[in-house]
Amino acid sequence: MLELKGITYQVEDDHGQMDILRGIDLTIKPHSFVVLTGPNGGGKTTLAKVIMGIVKPTEGQILWNGEDITYKTLSERAKLGVSYGFQQPPRFKGLRVRDILGIAAGNRNLSRDVCCQYLTQVGLCAADYVDREMDASLSGGEIKRIEIATILARSSGLLIFDEPEAGIDLWSFAKLTETFKDIHDKRDSTILVISHQERIINLADEIVVISGGKVTRQGPKAEVFPYLMDTIDGCSRGMSCGLLAEAN
Amino acid sequence: MAQIDTRLLREIAELEGTPKGAYNIRKNGKLDSRASTANIQIISKEDQPGIDIHVKPGTRGESIHIPVIITESGWSELVYNDFFMHDGLHTFHVGANSKVRYVERHYGEGEGTGARIMNPQTVVNLEKGASIQLDTSQIRGVDSTRRYTKVTVGEGAEAVITEKLLTHGKQFAESEMDIFLEGEEASARVISRSVAQDGSEQVFYPRVVGNSHCFGHVQCDAIIMNQAKVKAIPAISANHTDAQLIHEAAIGRIAGDQILKLMTLGLTEAEAEEEILNGFLR
Repeated sequence: MLELKGITYQVEDDHGQMDILRGIDLTIKPHSFVVLTGPNGGGKTTLAKVIMGIVKPTEGQILWNGEDITYKTLSERAKLGVSYGFQQPPRFKGLRVRDILGIAAGNRNLSRDVCCQYLTQVGLCAADYVDREMDASLSGGEIKRIEIATILARSSGLLIFDEPEAGIDLWSFAKLTETFKDIHDKRDSTILVISHQERIINLADEIVVISGGKVTRQGPKAEVFPYLMDTIDGCSRGMSCGLLAEAN
Repeated sequence: MAQIDTRLLREIAELEGTPKGAYNIRKNGKLDSRASTANIQIISKEDQPGIDIHVKPGTRGESIHIPVIITESGWSELVYNDFFMHDGLHTFHVGANSKVRYVERHYGEGEGTGARIMNPQTVVNLEKGASIQLDTSQIRGVDSTRRYTKVTVGEGAEAVITEKLLTHGKQFAESEMDIFLEGEEASARVISRSVAQDGSEQVFYPRVVGNSHCFGHVQCDAIIMNQAKVKAIPAISANHTDAQLIHEAAIGRIAGDQILKLMTLGLTEAEAEEEILNGFLR
């Protein structure tokens, strides 16, 4: 179980102090599939980075399976089973796809077959990629799918994906949603996905809407999904344009 | 062979014990051991230190190992090693349609504060259709280097030069290169990757001259750390309208998100840095 208590994150900039996260309280049940959604700039990625330990909260507490991980380092959290797929993954000159999968799996002698299995799950024709370098020769969509494959290779208790659909073609996206569904069906991991994609939102047990650094809505899919659909249609249904922005 | 020599040989030449085929092992300025084969003759020079290596025409799949081991500090080595490939022209000469791969590795142990100095010069002439792959790597170990490489590329010939360098402590390394693309369809690629740590200094001067319908590509990539200094001064000169020459040079620190990414996969910061450097210099 993941528990966030009063997570606040403030930054100082030229205009003074800015609140990115304003006291987020959130409990994610074990082995559930939760989608974080809401407008751009609402604080979703920051929240995911706070959970992973990339961003240190100004205030608040994070408990993972009852253990306080608020002050644990990135690597310590990774070892406790927290993993995070970057929205914009970095490239590496010289490191190959198989190296990064090996590091992720904690086994540098990962067999070609096993590497291929992870890559196939994200819709990559594995044989073409295992020995490729993780450099600028890979497209944005390819690097993104490899990023997701590294998270699959972690086999962690908590899998956080940050807009996994971004930059991915339609065919790979279909494969990806299938993979998410398969992982969820096994009920071994808790899955937290930041997404705006209806097909991913459809897989969720629960939807959390984050806007302006706060949780504005949380509940089972059946409850929150109609609300999202309403706001997507926007002004025509008499909603204010502010609400339209909240769900695009 | 002493244990330190065995270990150094393994690091440099991936050799376990005495190499097979032709070899010449030089240790602390003296000949240690040597073997020639039916196709490859290694002979000491009479007028100056160094060796002549004669490779018979048609020789395929044989290797030549000429490791140099320096275990005592204070050595400054200058040897003249000439390779006579194919039909016996002078210096490092690759005859028509011959293909050569030349691997030079320097690996050292210690803190980088001693006085191990090495100034190798490599001169290559590529005849019509010949190709050479020159791979040099120098990982720590050498405190001061001034390397000079000169390659003349003939018609349809190809030179691929890869340089890998890691300096630390107060080491200094300079690599100067002149590549002349003389013949029609001559091509050259230079790929240099380096890491400068601590207070070390590196200077690169890769220069490519295109005198024909040719292709040249120079790529210098450096990771800079601590108080190190790196200078890259590539030069491309075209003297022919069909010469196509490109240079790229980049110097920068390890990107923060690369470290973060590897830490999210369970590595510590130091382990992440090591993975990134090892990959970069692979």
